[in-house]
Amino acid sequence: MKKFKYVTLLITSLLLVLTLAGCGSQPLSSQNILENDKKSNTITWGVKADQKLIGLIDVKDGQEKGFEIDLAKAITKKVLGKDGKAKFVTVTSQSRIPLLKNGNIDAIIATMSILPDRKKVIDFSDSYFDAGQSILVKKGSSIKSVKDLNGKTVTSAVGSNSVDNIQKIAPKARVLQLPDFAQALTALKSGQGEAMTTDNVILAGLAVENPGYKLVGGTFTTEPYGIGINKGQGDFKKAINKGLKEVIEDGTYNKLIMKWFGNVPGFDYKEVLRK
Amino acid sequence: MIKLLVDNWSSFISGFGWTVLSSIVALFFSLIIGSLFAILEVMPSKVARVIGNVYVEIFRNIPLLVITMFFYLVIPLYVVKINGFTAGTIGLTIYTSAFIAETVRSGINSVDIGQMEASRAQGMTFWQAMRYIVLPQAFKLVIPPLGNQFINLVKNSSVLAFVAGFDLMYQGNAIASTTFETVNTYIVVGLFYLVITLPISYYMQHLERKLA
Amino acid sequence: MQNWIDAYSWINIRFLLQGLGITILISVISVVLSFIFGSILGIIRYAKIPYFSRIIGFIIDVVRNLPLLLIIFFTYFGLPAFGFKPDTIPAAILAMTFFESMMIAEIIRSGILAVDIGQMEAARAQGMKLGQAMWHVILPQAYKKMIPALVSQFISLIKDTSLATIIVVPELMQHGQVVYGQNPNYIIPVFVIMAVMYFVVCYALSLLSKYIDSRMA
Repeated sequence: MKKFKYVTLLITSLLLVLTLAGCGSQPLSSQNILENDKKSNTITWGVKADQKLIGLIDVKDGQEKGFEIDLAKAITKKVLGKDGKAKFVTVTSQSRIPLLKNGNIDAIIATMSILPDRKKVIDFSDSYFDAGQSILVKKGSSIKSVKDLNGKTVTSAVGSNSVDNIQKIAPKARVLQLPDFAQALTALKSGQGEAMTTDNVILAGLAVENPGYKLVGGTFTTEPYGIGINKGQGDFKKAINKGLKEVIEDGTYNKLIMKWFGNVPGFDYKEVLRK
Repeated sequence: MIKLLVDNWSSFISGFGWTVLSSIVALFFSLIIGSLFAILEVMPSKVARVIGNVYVEIFRNIPLLVITMFFYLVIPLYVVKINGFTAGTIGLTIYTSAFIAETVRSGINSVDIGQMEASRAQGMTFWQAMRYIVLPQAFKLVIPPLGNQFINLVKNSSVLAFVAGFDLMYQGNAIASTTFETVNTYIVVGLFYLVITLPISYYMQHLERKLA
Repeated sequence: MQNWIDAYSWINIRFLLQGLGITILISVISVVLSFIFGSILGIIRYAKIPYFSRIIGFIIDVVRNLPLLLIIFFTYFGLPAFGFKPDTIPAAILAMTFFESMMIAEIIRSGILAVDIGQMEAARAQGMKLGQAMWHVILPQAYKKMIPALVSQFISLIKDTSLATIIVVPELMQHGQVVYGQNPNYIIPVFVIMAVMYFVVCYALSLLSKYIDSRMA
């Protein structure tokens, strides 16, 4: 019996040490993220890993690539100087806000619309992209606009605000939330739903490979994407906004829009260019 | 956390209901299918044994998530339209049935071989001997492991969340992404699962002690 | 409609294999760690130390009865509230180890129980201490009996790593999502090849377990 008592003692003390060690670190709100990032010369961004044209891991080299990735790199350089490094952590619509609040990432740039509900828990930069929600249907479908969705089943991805919007505009529509947009599209193709909804730029990216499907009804909401930042990080927010402004003013922004969205059928890139 | 529970009570309860329903339906069918394949695996015919074996090995060795996705995305494309709840429940049934087949088969094997031979010598057919002599004893042996399979089944039903099956986990995801109270939401979800699984678990432990 | 040929390009397959590598890495580390912790916990529960064993037993029961998906969520989203911010792979290993330790603890405990009580008494009567009797007499037999259960637990662990895709761990399932993120028409081919990859690894393991079992019997 004696031996077991030692083991017991050992484990209990181990647990205690772990708990105490946990309490040691500083709470996030008392840290200045801008100062930390300047010290480490790195900004850690939460980005999408499976969104074509926006943030997708390249299977050839495992690097994230897309419009948001390039934009994040450009902003990083403006904030930290030429040698500033952008580190990427892949997030989903579901995990991005918890990860930001927990401090795993410094900023979110992951197709996140600026919404009053979200503003209650995090801060946003100025908008960096003007998307709008739209609908994707099979060619020849009777659905012509968002109003026609009442009584129909619509697929989308979990954690996006597209679901709330649909429920407000077409309250009788049934919404199925899938883990990601590719699965939402496949569910649509499998006949699990009659339409798919989310932001036009994402739908356009999906429609490229699926000529049998098209966007209908134009956009019925405006979804300004903003960079998500923790509350109480005024310095960091100012720096990001300043960086974004410079990226737009020196023409980098429009170059990136042309590079990624220059020839996506069903998506007019001219509408999102910034002067 | 209590406010979260009260505000989203109807979502949690409907999720709980779908989880329970899916678990019971899947348990019922996986018991039947599992037992059938277990018998196939011990039949004298070699073809039957191979069929039983292939079924069990395939579905035991592929993640449930992959099986479920297959039923949700592929079957409707080529065969028949099924919704997320049905696809999830079918996936759950097939996956669990492979494990139940394994459990029941080992139960059958641990019933003395002599008994099967004695009954056959008395003029019983294979099926008669199975039905009246071997299976009743085997089931008694496998009740505790079957209980564990049922607990696994309830937990695994969370896979329905991936195919919009409206279960507890799906509702939890939806609530977490609107309230941003991620951790609290999942604590509540966890408590709901425990309401189902803990009593079964303790009852099984009690049964195990009684049988031992 | 589904694009099988392009989906199976070497670059895609290589990317999936990298994911499989991470899956195996996470599984192996977790299984080794949870074997150690599981043994300790199982013995504690078996030893019936007043209060302590009860508490450990209760924790084991609670964790065992929760979906692994929830444990993964808690590890990744909950731990940072205590100042500990694991990356995705360590978070997955931590979650799997925590969960599997509890599962293995139960296997170990019932394995010990299955070894004849008379043996423990005999060993003690010969003047062995409890720890000695455990280490030299009971555990070797118990582990032998538990091999099939332990291997099938290992197989579930490999399959269960697919759930870690929810926190974007770069394992097989997540790499699959990236591959069909390039083109949604890859989705079914990708699911098929992933099923094959999981099957090959898990089936090989179950064959190995049968082989060891037959050698020991």
